[in-house]
Parts: sequence; structure tokens; C-alpha cells
Amino acid sequence: MKHLTLETLIAVWEEMFGRGLFWLMTGVAVVVTVAYVFVLLRDRHMSMRKFLLAQLSMPFGAIAAVLFVQGITSSGFRDIGGPVDVLVLLAVAAAGAIGLAILVYTAQSLLRKQD
Amino acid sequence: MSESPYLRAALPSRRDFLAAAAGGVALAGLGAPVRAQAVRTAAKIVIVGAGAGGTGIANRLAERLEGATITIVDGRKDHWYQPGFTLIAAGLKPAGYSVSSTGGWLPRSVNWVEEYAANIDPVAQTVTTAGGTKLDYDYLIVAAGLTLNWGGVQGFDLAQVGKDGIGAVYAGPDYAEATWRAMDAFTDTGGTALFSRPATEMKCAGAPLKYAFITDDYLRRKGTRDKSQVIYAAHNKALFSVPIVNEKLKLLFRDRGVDVRYDHVLKGIDPTARTATFTIPASQAIKDGAITDTPATEQTIAYDFINVIPPMTAPKVVQESGLSWADKWVGQGWIEVDQSTLRHLRYPNVFGIGDINGVPKGKTAASVKWHIPVVEDHLVAALQGKEGTEVFNGYTSCPMITRIGRAMLIEFDYQDNLVPSFPGVIAPLEELWISWLMKETALKPTYNAMLRGKA
Repeated sequence: MKHLTLETLIAVWEEMFGRGLFWLMTGVAVVVTVAYVFVLLRDRHMSMRKFLLAQLSMPFGAIAAVLFVQGITSSGFRDIGGPVDVLVLLAVAAAGAIGLAILVYTAQSLLRKQD
Repeated sequence: MSESPYLRAALPSRRDFLAAAAGGVALAGLGAPVRAQAVRTAAKIVIVGAGAGGTGIANRLAERLEGATITIVDGRKDHWYQPGFTLIAAGLKPAGYSVSSTGGWLPRSVNWVEEYAANIDPVAQTVTTAGGTKLDYDYLIVAAGLTLNWGGVQGFDLAQVGKDGIGAVYAGPDYAEATWRAMDAFTDTGGTALFSRPATEMKCAGAPLKYAFITDDYLRRKGTRDKSQVIYAAHNKALFSVPIVNEKLKLLFRDRGVDVRYDHVLKGIDPTARTATFTIPASQAIKDGAITDTPATEQTIAYDFINVIPPMTAPKVVQESGLSWADKWVGQGWIEVDQSTLRHLRYPNVFGIGDINGVPKGKTAASVKWHIPVVEDHLVAALQGKEGTEVFNGYTSCPMITRIGRAMLIEFDYQDNLVPSFPGVIAPLEELWISWLMKETALKPTYNAMLRGKA
């Protein structure tokens, strides 16, 4: 088993978060994604007003994601040691920003139909 | 103990990683690799030791073989995730972080004899347990690990750990936690911290260095570094066996102001006086054509905090089995296996996994991860009357923590080549946050997946 397969990756993720939490998080991610696609199809357009609020939430998602990763790994900004670390930091921030934006947009769409 | 994998095997290659990242869930359609068909056999296989190597191979064989009688012999109820000891001793994890139940990892189809092995007879092909049960085998896998010979450090007693500035990270999860208490108290006030390593082969040769770095980091964080001295006593003339890594570590120690003493082998400690005595072997030097002999001496160094690491040898049951090298590592008892196939050179139905192997490198969990598929391949091939093809190249990995939050992902092979898992992305000799993230988050899951035979 020297090579990475999806099975290996899932096994590692299951060990990392615990089987229950991992599949719960995967489930939540799938539900939010499906809900997002659902509201896009239902409304047949992107609401710029909702999108604006979603965009405004992005910095919070980015910061929260970075602080979360630093918190669980007992590390901080001073530990950035090279270019690859900056890329990882940006990737974490981007993931948090996009994730929260999708969540905020979807939540608005589901909770209030009117623009 | 160290680590740490980065487990080259555990971690994706760059191509795998990019593919996984790009393909994501789409890969699910491609699915897992095609499973090899189970091999039918009536062979009796005995595994001595249910640590990382024994448990991992038991799960692999249980999946690969049908009809085999697989017995694993180990009296210890707790499984220890040893790469976690450094994190426990750094105050980042509780003792329980490294403790799980041996039985919880073993497949149901494997018969676990909950006793220690007392005798191995490779001629009669039997293993006798401490309770007197005699187990016949067709194939034997020795995964007995190694013994920490605490008696090899005069004046030291495990009961002292956690008190009077005495630490012993290797001794177990509770001792690692007690070591943290001693180190935490020491770094509050500062003083002299003393680190060393034994002159025998040892597991995770990077761990003593890591702990020196971590202690230095805490002294700095607490503002007590200025009034402290950090001493690292190397057993020979190097800090690390891989030359390029040794040079890097020398630079880092210089940067951190660590006082390095070479050719110092810990002989004993005096807990009351807080001193440690080192043996300095005899040496010879030539200057201006004249040979100068310096006889062996002893040197005593005072400490306020010490991390004691004892000499390490093969367990007694292995040393008495006749499986050890006769002319290498004399007195240490590592078994005489081919360094590529891990198959015993005199008893071809015996294989070794993990620390017990008498090979030039690889007493780490990361190496175990690479030992397992090699032994699996050669053993299963033998059962089919074929020759295996897998080769162990000496892969060893050491996530060298250089402070809390940074590490170097050092991976190397028998030839002292650096063999980075992510060439061009994660530089092996750079102190990086990403390497720390891997050590902190991905290492244990990967290790656990290995135990289950999944990675």
C-alpha cells in the first residue's frame, strides 16, 4: 500500500476526525452544496444582493478558518517558514472564505425568498 | 518514536496529491484498486509482537490469506502510539493521546495469545509463551520491538521521572507526561538542560534532538533562555547519521546557541547532586607526525533538567533465539535479515518487521510502514511457491521538530539519500509550518490506518 488511493485517503480522514465526525462533516458539505445548487436552479439567477452579503462574509470565513487551523495545531503566524507555508495559509483562508460565502448565500436563499 | 512518518508511503506523492485535489470526489468513480484475490493456504503463521509492525502485518495477512492460522503473541494490553510521546512531553497532548487497546486493532480472524513470548526456536519452528503454551509455525514474523535498558544508566530509576528535573520521554505515555511537568517547571526558571542519546542503535534517533529544540523553544517563550544553557551530548562525532542532515542540524544548533559535546556516552546520573557522568572513549590523533593517545575518560556535567535515554537492545527472548547477527551489533541482538527483503538470512521462513531488524537504518514507525508491504509480498509469494519482488530501500522518516509550530520533513534511505515525498514543494531541510501541520494532524491518522492494514 505504498501508493495513495481514495480508500487510503478516506481511511486517514476517518482516523483524523473519527469515523462519525468525518462522515457527518462530509454529509454537511454535501447538503450545503446540494442546497446551493438547488437554490440556484430554483431561482434561475444569482441574487446580487444575497451575493453581496455572502461576499462580505468571506473575510470572516477566511480568518476563522486560519485561526481554527492554527488553534488545533498549536501554531501561529510566526511559524510561516517558506513560500509553501504562505500557499497553505492562503489555501486555508480561501477555503474558509468560499465555504462561508456559499453557506451565507444558501442560507439567505432558503430563509427569505424575496430579494 | 519519531517519527514520523512522514511516512513517505503514507503520504501522497505530488502527482497523487494533485490528482486527488483535482479529481476530488470524481475519483470515487474510479474507486479503490483492484484487490488481489485471497490466497488459499493452510499455513501456520506466528507473529511475535503486537506493536505497530505486528498489528499492521496481521491485518494485511488476514485480508490476503484464506485458511491460514494466524497467531499473534503479545502480553501487552495497551497499544502505544510512540510517535506521540514527543508531543505529550511537549505539553501539547495528554498521556491518553498515545494509548489505545491492542485488541481493538486486531482482526477477528487472528488468534491473539495474550502472553509474552518466552522462547523462540527457529530450528524446531516453535514459539513458547510465558505461560508455557507451545505454538508451532510454518512462518514466523518477528516484530518484537526493542528493550529499553534503564539499568544501563547508573543511579537512574523510573520512579524519579517528573521529579528533580528528571525526564524520560521514551519510557511511555505517563512518563512522557511526567517529563513535561519537569520540563515545564524547569523552563519557568531556566538553568542547564542536558540532552543525550545512547551509543547503541535506537528507535527514532531524531527524538533526542527534537526534545532539545522544544525545550529551547519553551525557554525562549518564557523569557528564561538568556539565563539558561542547553547542552546536547552526542554519542559520537555527529548529531545525525545522514551527513547533509547532520550539517543542517549543526547550523540550527549554532543558531539556537546549543552547546554540543561530542563523544559523550551517558554512564549514570546522581539525582541528588543533579549531575550526569559521561564516558568519553579513548582516541588517537596525529599532529606533526606524532601520534597522541588520549585514554578513555569520564566527564561530569551538572544539570537542572535532563532527558534520560537508555541503551536499547533486542528483547531477551530474541537475543536467546539464535536469530541475531553474530558479528554485527554484538551484544545488541538485532536479527540477521536481508536488508532488502527483511527475510532471515539463515531461516528463510522467518521475517522481521520494525525495530528488531538488524539493518543499517529504520527504527521508526515510518519504516515499519514500508517493512509491512515487503514482508507481506515475500511471505505471500512463498506460500504460492514464488519469489517476492518488493524491496525495502531503508526508507526512514523523521519529522524533526525545531520548535513548536515548525518542523523539517526529513526522509532518507540506506545510502543517505534524501528521498522527499514532495520534491520541489516541501523542502526537507527547511523549517516549515506545513511539516509541523503534518506531524500534528496527519501522522497519527496515517499510523492508525497502517495498523488497520489500510495504508
